[in-house]
Amino acid sequence: MAASLHIAGIRKSFGKSEKAVEVLKRIDIEVAPGEFLILVGPSGCGKSTLLNIIAGLEEPTEGELRIAGKNVVGVAPAQRDIAMVFQSYALYPTMSVADNIGFALEMRKVPKAQRVKRIGEVAAMLQIEHLLDRRPAQLSGGQRQRVAMGRALARDPQLFLFDEPLSNLDAKLRVEMRAEIKRLHQVSGITSVYVTHDQIEAMTLGSRIAVMKDGVLQQIGTPDEIYNRPANTYVATFIGSPTMNLVQGQVATAGTQGQFSFASATVACPCPAQGTAVLGIRPEHVKLVDSGPWSGEVTIVEPTGADTYVVVKTDVGNITVRIAPNMHYKPGDLVGLELSNAHLNWFDVSSGNRLPIGI
Amino acid sequence: MNAKAMTEKYISRGLVYAVLLIAAAFFLTPLYVMVATSFKDAEQIRSGNLLSLPNSLNLDSWRLAWDSACTGVDCRGLKPYFLNSVVMAVPAVLLSTAWGAINGYVLSMWKFKGSEMLFGFMLFGVFMPFQVVLLPMSQVLGYLGLSSSLGGLVLVHCLAGLAGTTLFFRNYYAAIPRELVNAARMDGAGFWRIFWRIVVPMSTPILMVTLIWQFTSIWNDFLFGVAFSGADSKPITVGLNNMANTSSSVKSYNVDMAAAVIAGLPTMLVYVLAGQYFVKGLTAGAVKG
Repeated sequence: MAASLHIAGIRKSFGKSEKAVEVLKRIDIEVAPGEFLILVGPSGCGKSTLLNIIAGLEEPTEGELRIAGKNVVGVAPAQRDIAMVFQSYALYPTMSVADNIGFALEMRKVPKAQRVKRIGEVAAMLQIEHLLDRRPAQLSGGQRQRVAMGRALARDPQLFLFDEPLSNLDAKLRVEMRAEIKRLHQVSGITSVYVTHDQIEAMTLGSRIAVMKDGVLQQIGTPDEIYNRPANTYVATFIGSPTMNLVQGQVATAGTQGQFSFASATVACPCPAQGTAVLGIRPEHVKLVDSGPWSGEVTIVEPTGADTYVVVKTDVGNITVRIAPNMHYKPGDLVGLELSNAHLNWFDVSSGNRLPIGI
Repeated sequence: MNAKAMTEKYISRGLVYAVLLIAAAFFLTPLYVMVATSFKDAEQIRSGNLLSLPNSLNLDSWRLAWDSACTGVDCRGLKPYFLNSVVMAVPAVLLSTAWGAINGYVLSMWKFKGSEMLFGFMLFGVFMPFQVVLLPMSQVLGYLGLSSSLGGLVLVHCLAGLAGTTLFFRNYYAAIPRELVNAARMDGAGFWRIFWRIVVPMSTPILMVTLIWQFTSIWNDFLFGVAFSGADSKPITVGLNNMANTSSSVKSYNVDMAAAVIAGLPTMLVYVLAGQYFVKGLTAGAVKG
């Protein structure tokens, strides 16, 4: 049973009124039933506080929170029908794996026989049947992670919350568990909110991503929207690795047949209204050519296997370019840079907000 | 490692052991004298050396000390005092420990406005000399109708020990991650369920420390025992003191020694049985289990 989540005007401040620190400044998010929403941002952006408010572990200073249409502000965590996976897993150290998974059912007075059956089902789903009698201390990191998932899954909640659940795992296991979480979400169809600071996790898991910074929602959208049409320079540089190239210059001619000049070069491209603007272009949307109006010198070549990243030093700063691994450049080479005109992002110089093409 | 380094290592090792042995002898000699003297008869005590072994295992003085040595005109030995101490110490230890555990649980995991200040005030109790409270306490016991009774002593020991037990548990629980409590809250457990099902099962080391600590201090207490007890509620420390100080023509050192060993036996027993947890518990905060 999937529930919707309605977050409206949520504010949260800590401390006394004069010296209060505002960690959430009016957050509005609408989550449809069955969605997988990612809250992503640097540490201290307020994403974990927002999650705790949804969970009921903290109360908002102001705002409205509805789960499946029901107002839950002031409702105890246990009554919200939410399950949460914590960063430290928070498994009960003195209980067996089976008791850990069954604890929430026991608290809800589910009869023993039914409980045992449900624990078995969940364990089978997560392939941890052989671990049911063990204590958490006897498990590896990945196994603990699975038990924590099992504990959340056991009682079939309306809403799943994840608080950076993969950040304590090593790289390989993280990729594995990421796929596992995605699979479980597809199977269960339960509405989920997932907090992370890892943009790869955000891109791979989310059906929608909410990017936060300093308690303000920067953009919310599908991974595709966030990646290809970032709302501002912050989102543009936070999502994507290596990060998006930003070039400041003058729009000489506005519109689809426009011209943009910076430093010593002028390139033809679709441009926003005349004036100063920042051009944002991802490494994969720049092409290296022998020569062109915009040129520079190769300084660093980083092969990663599937792709190679080349850093080109130009007179407007370093530009990162992604090239196929079979192309060979070496530091010192002089190259031209060509923009893929279909993938340009324009931002306002002072506000950093996205600018439309044209006049 | 060359021969010289080896020799140096042996010498330093030898020195360490020598110091330890001397220290052990220093602390064990009085115990030896007590036990040895308690088995000697009056004849040997008068003639013999303090450190000599007893000629025979004479249990007479133990029997005497237990149930027929005289304190003034009362010749029932230490037995009634010993029983008083048991009746006083067991509930006082259990109550003060349980109370401290609940206090510590609240002060570390359910903080409320002013809880840190409250804890600060409780810390005063740890360092306060108890002589300060003798008069007000005796007045309170009077109001409650508990003067000169074992019930009154239990109450006094609970209150006196509470600051310490709260400190123990609060600091131990402060190391338990908050997420554990949050997880239990989301699972639907309330204040008491979290305490019983999650927190108490994790408390074995600190529980042992507190039980030993409280038992030792309550069993060995003399001040409250002498100040607040009545004629028939004197604890063993007071009984021992009175017995040893009863003036009679001949001092029966063997009986006094047997009585002293009897008075000290329960605390020694507790250490032997639970001592391993004591060391574990004292260092438990350092490394998370």
